[in-house]
Amino acid sequence: MAELTRAAEPFRFYARLHLTELTGLKAANLVQLVRLLKSVPGGSIYYHTHRFLQQHQYLSPEPPNDFAYWVREILGEEELGERLASIDIIQYSTIRNLRERIIETIEEYLEQRPEAKIRFAQEGGELHFKKAVSFILPTQHISHDLREFVEILKRITIDSIYFHIFEARLRLEKKTNDFSNWIQNSIGNEALALSIAHLDPYVYTMEDLRRTIIDLIEREIR
Amino acid sequence: MAKIDDYIPIVGESVVEDLRLIALHLRGKRILNVNSTAVGGGVAEILNRMVPLLRELGLDVRWDVIRGGEEFFEVTKKFHNALQGGRVDIGEKDLEIFMETSRKNLEDMDTSSDIVFIHDPQPIVLVQKRTNNKWIWRCHIDISDPKQKVWRFLKDFVVQYDAAVFSAPAFSPKLPIRQFLIAPSIDPLSDKNRELQREVIDGVLSKYGIPKDKPIITQISRFDRSKDPVGVIATYRLVKKHIDCRLLLAGGTATDDPEGQKVFEEVMESANGDPDIHILSMSQNDLEINALQRASTVIIQKSLKEGFGLTVSEALWKSKPVVASNVGGIPLQIKHKHSGLLCYSAEGAAFAVKQFLSSPEYARKIGENGREHVRNNFLITRHLRDYMLLFLSLYHKENIVYL
Repeated sequence: MAELTRAAEPFRFYARLHLTELTGLKAANLVQLVRLLKSVPGGSIYYHTHRFLQQHQYLSPEPPNDFAYWVREILGEEELGERLASIDIIQYSTIRNLRERIIETIEEYLEQRPEAKIRFAQEGGELHFKKAVSFILPTQHISHDLREFVEILKRITIDSIYFHIFEARLRLEKKTNDFSNWIQNSIGNEALALSIAHLDPYVYTMEDLRRTIIDLIEREIR
Repeated sequence: MAKIDDYIPIVGESVVEDLRLIALHLRGKRILNVNSTAVGGGVAEILNRMVPLLRELGLDVRWDVIRGGEEFFEVTKKFHNALQGGRVDIGEKDLEIFMETSRKNLEDMDTSSDIVFIHDPQPIVLVQKRTNNKWIWRCHIDISDPKQKVWRFLKDFVVQYDAAVFSAPAFSPKLPIRQFLIAPSIDPLSDKNRELQREVIDGVLSKYGIPKDKPIITQISRFDRSKDPVGVIATYRLVKKHIDCRLLLAGGTATDDPEGQKVFEEVMESANGDPDIHILSMSQNDLEINALQRASTVIIQKSLKEGFGLTVSEALWKSKPVVASNVGGIPLQIKHKHSGLLCYSAEGAAFAVKQFLSSPEYARKIGENGREHVRNNFLITRHLRDYMLLFLSLYHKENIVYL
């Protein structure tokens, strides 16, 4: 068994728990959707592009954002739904940029298909904008090397994995996910750090993502 | 009564660890829940389970019930119906009755806790007693299209709260206070939801004289017009034309629901003596409800209006294929064609029931998905977490809170 590198700084796992706040804003067609996308808080864009991951972890594949689902299933705009679902969220390191991309996608579509402006959701089918209020708590789990790290990874909640992979990178605007950052800077294993950073977490269910990261690390410490 | 660690085999150790972690941040806060009935109905059922668990997590939680006579509850039932969009005649006399009982409760109830958590409209006036403590109004019913006279009357009280909580986004009206979305939950260890031995299930069927010779379609709900029991009978008749089956309508009545008996009589009349329709007006018996759900082939929830419709989560938790109306909180529980089938009419419901009855493998897969969806989103552990985060949010205005 290879000797494990002891981390320069230990890694503390955090739990991220969220409460959903209602904004009272709703869209019934694409024009209203674009208008609201321009003005809602960043927390609302984040919520609607990440909610599916947490609530439907067992279903895959699923559209990774509420906007794509609503446009396709409620408005019946299949093509726009596909364009929104295929926005590669991992490429965006800020909510601001992600918001702009979603707006551009819808505006381009409306230019090509102006008739889509008059398609309304039936009553009760409106998209209600919500936002996430995140609570970030330090857990008791601290790792000093990759073996401790992987053992903790096996048992923490998916909320914790979610925080370190998704929220840290996009909502808190860190350059990469927390796991890769620690593995590169405190363990000094750049290759492993990159292999985790290169995963597209949006195409996994949360449990699959956990398993994939565990496999990558276990291969390294075997 | 279940202990918090008893949930570990169902949700995992780390979920319970997180609950303990959050609870540490609420140590020393006194929390008072107030509603209108100690037994019957979803609110009392949830509080009965949640209050002991919150206490076990170390929170100082109390639960109190307002007092009111028959006249008061007749008025609040009218409020309930009007808030759900029903045609109800509410006069000044009704408002006077409501305020008079509310004033008595204002005098009698100690609301000096740090956080006062008021459930539904019946105790809403208590907020007039607020000092510098925090007040939350928890609305469990569908108020997406309320009769304005009643809503305007109640809104004057709602705006005095620090925050309001709704079960579905469509229920939230425009308000100048913060609003949160918190779905209710089921308790997987309660008598209503725990695993049962085959003999127990058979024993309950035998007690009520329900043979197992045909598929059983079931709706479990109070005898209330908003649950459309007569529409369920219409659905059954449409299914029965093609597939022989039995219909089971079972439910009780709550102490704050004087209309239940009338609806029960209408249902009996509609059944017209059909021997394959089993109508059970039951006193509160969770174990028997559990057994009846588990004995069912397909479960229906054909509500016209629904606060949340926890019976849907109960059925999904038992891996049953569910056909339910696309109203209230039901679409949060059922993702159409993934964890159940949604419908808009008796005809649509009948079509969906026939699909399940004629494709058992499809029904099984949908039922399994439904159980996982409930495990992730509608169990009591998620509800405990949300309520604790809600209490914490009263002390934090920011969107990202570091504890």
